[in-house]
Amino acid sequence: MYKKEMIAMLLAGGQGSRLGVLTADVAKPAVSFGGKYRIIDFPLSNCINSGIDTVGVLTQYQPLRLNTHIGIGIPWDLDRNNGGVTVLPPYEKSNNSEWYTGTANAIYQNMRYIDTYDPDYVLILSGDHIYKMDYEVMLDFHKQNHADVTIATMPVPMEEASRFGIVIADENKKILEFEEKPKEPRSNLASMGIYIFTWKVLKEALIAMKDQQSCDFGKHIIPYCFEHQNRMFAYEYNGYWKDVGTLGSYWEANMELIDLIPEFNLYEEYWKIYTKCDTIEPQYIAPEAFVERSIIGEASEIYGTVIGSVIGPNVHIGKGSVIRDSIIMKDTVIGENVTIDKGIIAENCKLGNHIVLGTGEEAPNELNESIYSFGLVTIGEDSVIPDGVTIGKNTAISGVTTPEDYPDAHLKAGGVIIKAGEGR
Amino acid sequence: MKAIGIILAGGHSNRMRELTRKRAISAMPVGGSFRCIDFALSNMSNSHIQTVAVLTQYNARSLNEHLSSSKWWDFGRKQGGLYLFTPTVTADNSDWYRGTADAMYQNIDFLKKRHEPYVIISSGDCVYKMDFNELLDYHIAKKADITVVCKDMPADADVSRFGVIRMNEDCKIIDFEEKPLLAQSNTVSTGVYVIRRRQLIEILEKSAEEERFDFVMDILVRYRNVKNIYGYKLKTYWSNIASVQDYARTNMDFLKPEVRSFFFREEPKIYSKVDDLPPAKYNPGSAVSNSLISSGCIINGKVEDSVLFKQVFIGKNCVIRNAILMNGVYISDNTHVENCIVESNTTLRPNTFYCGEDGIHVIMEQNERYTI
Repeated sequence: MYKKEMIAMLLAGGQGSRLGVLTADVAKPAVSFGGKYRIIDFPLSNCINSGIDTVGVLTQYQPLRLNTHIGIGIPWDLDRNNGGVTVLPPYEKSNNSEWYTGTANAIYQNMRYIDTYDPDYVLILSGDHIYKMDYEVMLDFHKQNHADVTIATMPVPMEEASRFGIVIADENKKILEFEEKPKEPRSNLASMGIYIFTWKVLKEALIAMKDQQSCDFGKHIIPYCFEHQNRMFAYEYNGYWKDVGTLGSYWEANMELIDLIPEFNLYEEYWKIYTKCDTIEPQYIAPEAFVERSIIGEASEIYGTVIGSVIGPNVHIGKGSVIRDSIIMKDTVIGENVTIDKGIIAENCKLGNHIVLGTGEEAPNELNESIYSFGLVTIGEDSVIPDGVTIGKNTAISGVTTPEDYPDAHLKAGGVIIKAGEGR
Repeated sequence: MKAIGIILAGGHSNRMRELTRKRAISAMPVGGSFRCIDFALSNMSNSHIQTVAVLTQYNARSLNEHLSSSKWWDFGRKQGGLYLFTPTVTADNSDWYRGTADAMYQNIDFLKKRHEPYVIISSGDCVYKMDFNELLDYHIAKKADITVVCKDMPADADVSRFGVIRMNEDCKIIDFEEKPLLAQSNTVSTGVYVIRRRQLIEILEKSAEEERFDFVMDILVRYRNVKNIYGYKLKTYWSNIASVQDYARTNMDFLKPEVRSFFFREEPKIYSKVDDLPPAKYNPGSAVSNSLISSGCIINGKVEDSVLFKQVFIGKNCVIRNAILMNGVYISDNTHVENCIVESNTTLRPNTFYCGEDGIHVIMEQNERYTI
């Protein structure tokens, strides 16, 4: 194995519980985004576009979809004789076996993988952001400053700064101080959770902190490096960057793709985003259909009306149905005369006929108000919804539902139906 | 699979008019996101044929580009693979391929080196889906020397440009006429054949000795009374692309639900090179009806009864009707295109009007493109 200057470690093991039923059976990085993509496609494409051809993907929570999606990395040209993509799940050791207890602990458990490539630098990424970024420019910045640690940061509005980890840097971008979600922020440079470490420095920190419970980059490793007088710099990034951690921000980021000239433009030749593409057939728009302000994936068949929505590949929308301001993921079938307003319908769902989603007034969600709000109707993977029901706002449904689940053929605003079950 | 595959992709036809200036027929874009040769290649791959040779000659750059990687059809294997054979100058031969039989003869070493007992030969110009395993079983059961896959054309179809076949009740071919003026039947050869490998080598060598170069005229027609040649009827969709009319009709066929369901939904699927394009985007002002739209398209205008290939841009207030727009076409604002085929990467100026009054008008223009 010959030496690599920098390799990337992509943290993709998190559940993303704030996405509710969307991540009930898949890890957050494997959730669909923008019609045909999955969230992990963005950091993976950034890697290959930045010339990084060795990527370790750390998986833990529900890895099946992620594993099949990544495969041997063909879509991103990461099928390499030397390097390429490697999926790194937790594993049993001779003296103990433990899960990845934290982001840094996951890297600690895979130090041997990193050492195989003898890199000078290690790039730490997370699999839950939508952005295009040239990590090579960040590496140049790291080298110019003879830094030990470089943290990617972006300016956020001052009034929102208290929601982020904030760094305070001098005019040379050398970091002077950190504040985690400060009440009165003194800077508006928010950490993006993207780090370049000089491998020697990181390795030393990981070993020193190996007994730390749930060892985490933000909480433990960065403070450790700071205390040990390592040279830490803030790299300022000024492009589009979106955290899609909540249903609201996930919905919003999808809707932004529909704008006439979106801020995050997938149609540029430069900096392409790659994904595994199972369907390549063209989509069909029927004579009775109407489509406007939407993006639609391959092989979908549209017989109804689609306005302001993001439709994935291989979706069928029946006659007389009206889809507005919604996200519909791949392989889902929507029957006839269905009305959907502000819905997020996950993969492979089946909706019958004469259904209304997102009707009436909003009400707080009975299960978890902080997850299911924004007036959205969220439907998990492989769900079935019977004919003739109406469903209110701030609701969540998962599983095969039958008419018996809907008293008076109605699910009131804020209601939840989650049916666990094997063999669906 | 006990067979290797050969795809004859060298063909061009004057009846394709301007469309063959850019590429061989096998490389013609079909059905929104495919190329013509994808059908033959996918059929071979789906029938578990591991070794396929593509014989090209005419204007092959576009085809070579399409076949630059064999992984899309799952041919990137240690055993077997996809081979591209273009004519080359050797110590004892400096000719182009003088015919389909000659093309195979010039690559006879490829045939000799393989160990599979059978060869499946397909034309690269046809849109069809078939399982070659069934065909091979039939060929073996009939104890045939050669099996020709044939198709019953509708009674009113003009078959004078095909090889026309007459079979007896046992499906043995009793008459084979190439491009007859007056056809005796409406069963035509699809250009797909099965033959034992050793038999093929023997016949090719004999034909070469006699300076005969065409597989149909000099082998099928000439040997029809000497060898056991059987017909195998293909019941499903088949279309041969040999003229501008064929090309337009074949693409428009994909607007029919049964054709889409056969090629797009039923397993096994047809594969093609993956282009990493974003999903199609419909901006305010778009009004699409009864049309196929491929990935990477951006639509701001009206589109009816049309097939849009990849990365087509339609400007504001445009009207596109009954048209085929190939890859990368850019249509500026206020333009009307009706009954037309627009060649790939063409840019149409704003406020222009194109209408194929009687028949299909092919547009090839290279104007300046203004994009944001």
